Amino acid sequence: MRSALLIFPGINRERDMARALRLVSGREPIMVWHADTALPPGTELVVIPGGFSYGDYLRCGAIAARAPIMDAVRAFAAKGGLVLGVCNGFQIACEAGLLPGVLMRNAQLRFICRDVYLRVERSDTPFTCGYNAGQVIRVPVAHGEGNYIADGETIARLEGEGRVLFRYSSPDGMIDPDWNHNGAMNAIAGIVNERGNVLGLMPHPEDHVEAALGCTDGRALFAGLVDHFRSAA
Amino acid sequence: MKARVTVTLKSGILDPQGKAIEGALKSLGISGIASVRQGKVFDIDIEGADHAGAEAALRNAAEKLLANTVIENYRVEISR
Repeated sequence: MRSALLIFPGINRERDMARALRLVSGREPIMVWHADTALPPGTELVVIPGGFSYGDYLRCGAIAARAPIMDAVRAFAAKGGLVLGVCNGFQIACEAGLLPGVLMRNAQLRFICRDVYLRVERSDTPFTCGYNAGQVIRVPVAHGEGNYIADGETIARLEGEGRVLFRYSSPDGMIDPDWNHNGAMNAIAGIVNERGNVLGLMPHPEDHVEAALGCTDGRALFAGLVDHFRSAA
Repeated sequence: MKARVTVTLKSGILDPQGKAIEGALKSLGISGIASVRQGKVFDIDIEGADHAGAEAALRNAAEKLLANTVIENYRVEISR
């Protein structure tokens, strides 16, 4: 799996993401600078990692979303290329128009840094084919603005088209306000675009890929992507 | 020319920061405040004296960057 990892000033999770990609796919991702105008030839997966691009100035992800490299990412996505945005990467994807909606300040106004449980809603996508539908996984979140909102029509479309891939849940998979840490509409933690090739996800699956770190629940997201490209080849 | 772009949250969008400020004002004993919504103000210096051109440029700036029109409204004012 040939991955390109976008680097913006203020991004700080690119090394964790690079390590996860290397461990699971066996191939080193290529770091791509925000001022570049093209992705490396042969790129199969673009990853927008987490962090605090441009210090979260103006709105989270707003300035990164207008960087030169994002035109190349939009063109890549328009041709069906897979894009994964995690945390700040999800915010950047929304601001760039790759995904609908906005990530607002957490409803409790606090930065949340802890493990959460996610229910995987579907297993028939490149991003979730390593999981079973309904499976509950444990991965960390670390964000102050993860409260997903969109207008009623957009939410209805996301739900109707099965584009919510991950939801905050209890450890046994129940959707409950007590387990919806940031107040996101419909407990949405991760969505895909209409075509299903761009995933935005607030939690960090790249943090849970090694047993030494106590949990490997995030590994199947990357392993599933590797399988997707292997079976497509 | 001096210009000001004001960005405010659309009505119906939950504003937890405004709510927190509202609570803080109440705890200060400042009475008569029904609600608070937080927004942003951009003070911008414009080159030249083309009023219509400046207005078009600022609207473009607001649409493309200063506001996220999914959740925010904006207003452009230019002083002569």
